[in-house]
Amino acid sequence: MLKTYDAPVYDYVCSQEQKNGQVKRHPVVVIGAGPVGLTAALDFAQQGIEVVVLDDNNTVSVGSRAVCYAKRALEIWDRLGCGERMVAKGVGWKLGKVFFKDKLAYQFDLLGEDGHKMPAMINLQQYYLEDYLVDQSKLDDQIEVRWKHKLIAIEQHDDYAMLTVQTPDGVFQMEADWVIGCDGANSDLRSMIGAEFTGHFFMDRFLIADIIMKADFPPERWFWFDPPFHRNQSALLHRQPDNVWRLDFQLGWDCDPEEEKREDNIIARVKAMLGEDVDFELEWASVYQFACRRIDQFRHGRVIFAGDSAHQVSPFGARGANTGIQDIDNLGWKVRLVLDGVASERLIDSYHEERSFAADDNLLNSTRSTDFITPKSKGSRFYRDAVLELAEMTDFAKPLVNSGRLSKPTPYVHSSLNSVDEDAFDGDMAPGTNCADSPIALAGLDGWLLNQLGKGFVLLVFGDKPMDKISMAGLEVRVLCVDQDLQDVQGLVRQRYDGKDGTTYLIRPDQHVAARWRNFDRTKIEAAVKRAIGGI
Amino acid sequence: MALKETLTLADPDGFYQELIESQRDMSEDEQQLMNAKLVLILANEVGDRAKISAAIALAARRPMGQSFMPLV
Repeated sequence: MLKTYDAPVYDYVCSQEQKNGQVKRHPVVVIGAGPVGLTAALDFAQQGIEVVVLDDNNTVSVGSRAVCYAKRALEIWDRLGCGERMVAKGVGWKLGKVFFKDKLAYQFDLLGEDGHKMPAMINLQQYYLEDYLVDQSKLDDQIEVRWKHKLIAIEQHDDYAMLTVQTPDGVFQMEADWVIGCDGANSDLRSMIGAEFTGHFFMDRFLIADIIMKADFPPERWFWFDPPFHRNQSALLHRQPDNVWRLDFQLGWDCDPEEEKREDNIIARVKAMLGEDVDFELEWASVYQFACRRIDQFRHGRVIFAGDSAHQVSPFGARGANTGIQDIDNLGWKVRLVLDGVASERLIDSYHEERSFAADDNLLNSTRSTDFITPKSKGSRFYRDAVLELAEMTDFAKPLVNSGRLSKPTPYVHSSLNSVDEDAFDGDMAPGTNCADSPIALAGLDGWLLNQLGKGFVLLVFGDKPMDKISMAGLEVRVLCVDQDLQDVQGLVRQRYDGKDGTTYLIRPDQHVAARWRNFDRTKIEAAVKRAIGGI
Repeated sequence: MALKETLTLADPDGFYQELIESQRDMSEDEQQLMNAKLVLILANEVGDRAKISAAIALAARRPMGQSFMPLV
């Protein structure tokens, strides 16, 4: 039982279809009501799709678990209506300090630039996050979260899947056009499908402990290599809301996890770290080990995997939950266009293309961090320590210090949905990149660019507005004109998008750039829209 | 990327002596740590990634036995 948080218990409700025994076809069924599954529900509903979420439990995450949420995930939740609540509750931070033994070796500042609605990173216990997502899902009657519903079997057909589901009232069956697997790293659905999930385990264990403590430490990420209070291992201190602090201790492979979980042993470790006199209470603790691995194909027939069920990374870098949320960002609009018959299933396959590329990028970064934090040989330990000692003396070694490269979106630079640039552009907004936010004004009121993008395709045009929209092949592409529909009050939209009069960006429903030109050419635009929905 | 095959350092014996003497009073672990630092410092001085990759490959190569046998 946590002292700072009362977990809600959600009611089990026997569905109408189970009561009357009539098998019903649903457009989308999501398996798992964690951060990724609940985000999926919100995204599908925003796309106008009725969605059922099945979860075998009836409450939120036990323990704080995933704690760090990065800007892109917050922007996605903001698009879905609940990002501001998370930021209001979360602890914003941007400074990370890295210590080697008893000295500060290096520090980094996450936020490179101002003029973004969402902060670089917040810390928030996973149970709050899920709690808010459930609250948000209750506002939309297209979403039905069914608690105490356990998937026990699946049968794939050409154009649907048959699910066998167990509830307190027995077993029933339901059909789904698409099944979204968001049931975590140990996904039962993945086992039922028989998908390969390969990579490697790291022979190391970590203790995470949440303590309640009134302390004056600033809201910064403090990471120690080989500190005096925990020799030869690493440790981490991080602040969460409600005066809860996350501590993380590397334990090594030889430890006894059951011993380490004993309260007196945890308390001894905390006192060694923070001092004998510090006044704290233990809130929650867990011992974990991790793996870096990925599913072979993100789509298996009518089943699509997202989040940890598709890829598992080390915790260094906060790349687990954050990248799972970006999976959903990529998926919702694609499923809708395929359900509507506007796009072919090739668009669903582009989900694998784009998100497996991102997963590989995350795996690479997370494996590199792990190799630095937990050296696997005597030689690599010498290199690690050499970097840390040099970082205290000279600047060139500081960027080599790797205590986790914090989650950033992976641009889909090679995606088959992109149209290759024909014109020259400065700046970062190349096709495949997620759009940068910027402050704007709308009808005299302050606002943000990203809040104007999403849901459908948008043409962001600078200068004169050529038309209000383009209608083509079942799609409506809205034209949003900088200067006419919104005011670029600080000039940052022009700067970040290298916008000159006539510059036109085609922006996907997930706020990623699909194509851009120096002038508004309807023929080129229509070709790019077709390509962006998997048509070419 | 081909690496230089001729020595570029003046006074090769003096260079070698300086290297060895810098570690005279060190434990084996201290020597290894120093060597690791030296690699990092010199790599940063070289800067050219292709050159560094060629050097890593050369250093990692296991010599074939006979190449060290004197030719008679």
